[in-house]
Amino acid sequence: MATPIERGSQYEEQHVHAVYEEIASHFSSTRYKPWPLVESFLTSLPAGAVGLDLGCGNGKYLTVNRDVFIVGSDRSPNLVRFAVRHEPHAAVVADVLDLPHPRRRFDFAISVAVVHHLSTPERRIEAIRAILDVLTLASGGAEGGRALIYVWALEQKGSRRGWDEGHEQDIMVPWITKGPKSSGQEEKTYQRYYHLYRKGELEEDVVKAGGKVLSSGYERDNWWAIATPEGLETVI
Amino acid sequence: MKLLTLNFLTCARKACKPLPTSFPLHPADATLATTETAFSPAFLRNILPRLDWPALKGLCDELGLPGVGDEAPGPEALFEDGELPESDEDIVGEIEAGKRPTKLAHDLHQLLVETVMLEGKLVCASCGHEYAVKEGIANFLLPSHLV
Repeated sequence: MATPIERGSQYEEQHVHAVYEEIASHFSSTRYKPWPLVESFLTSLPAGAVGLDLGCGNGKYLTVNRDVFIVGSDRSPNLVRFAVRHEPHAAVVADVLDLPHPRRRFDFAISVAVVHHLSTPERRIEAIRAILDVLTLASGGAEGGRALIYVWALEQKGSRRGWDEGHEQDIMVPWITKGPKSSGQEEKTYQRYYHLYRKGELEEDVVKAGGKVLSSGYERDNWWAIATPEGLETVI
Repeated sequence: MKLLTLNFLTCARKACKPLPTSFPLHPADATLATTETAFSPAFLRNILPRLDWPALKGLCDELGLPGVGDEAPGPEALFEDGELPESDEDIVGEIEAGKRPTKLAHDLHQLLVETVMLEGKLVCASCGHEYAVKEGIANFLLPSHLV
């Protein structure tokens, strides 16, 4: 009989963090084109806005807008080494569940392809709560900060993966590295854990995390939501 | 890591977040360096209203850097009337015609953007935990007993 899988931080250390640290260089070389919706979210920000890119990877979204200030963070030191190169922004090594940022200080946050790597429903909701926590609350006439969250969709039968409604949502996805043909390097396959979000699940998680969904949708095999924290700034 | 970044960092421990002493973090055994970076007075004008000025002032005192004033300057203090000098011709971002960046703008650029912490620690005044900075990158991953 198979031992039941115990998911949580140790599981993620082995099946997510260690893998990204190993494949960082190859992964980074394949990640340079910003997704259109993330790009338009970032370019629509007013000059001087301050925000976070949580799970910034190699920092490909730190190249989009130079009129705002973004502190990126990622769990993989090897990926952060790429991310720190993008002026005028910054990047640090941090975990989305233990963010080194003051609460209620930021105008915006993006978290692209991150929340789906957390391996229990509680941890995914906690991650969204952590993202909402750094955003400013609505105050007077001013709106609260906004977060754009992107996760991989279960419903993607048009993709080469072919998953769809009704399939298993907690899965391992291979990443294959290979050097240039001339190098004679052998192919190596790494398995990363993903939770594939079904339709409506991201919005439900945002609400459970104490947020309000401002808009949401589907783009290129991913579900996305723009969320803001519920509540008003109390003026003393 | 540029000093500007420190204005947006706090202790990563959940227990410390609500405590005012968890922000800002305090540098220890810091090795500083200067990295030449494109001068963008427009970026400074944008970021200035979002800085926690007392935290910046405290940081300068702790690092023994030339102090900043007690009060945060307004964005207007970054520009003055006059022709753009040749040395500022390659600045990044737009600047109003007939204006040039002030000495304060240059000083703030040097302090916030060009002064970087290469090595050292960032210490939380609340719990005493030390976060390492190596090769200019701060690491906030917590050991499992502190999560």
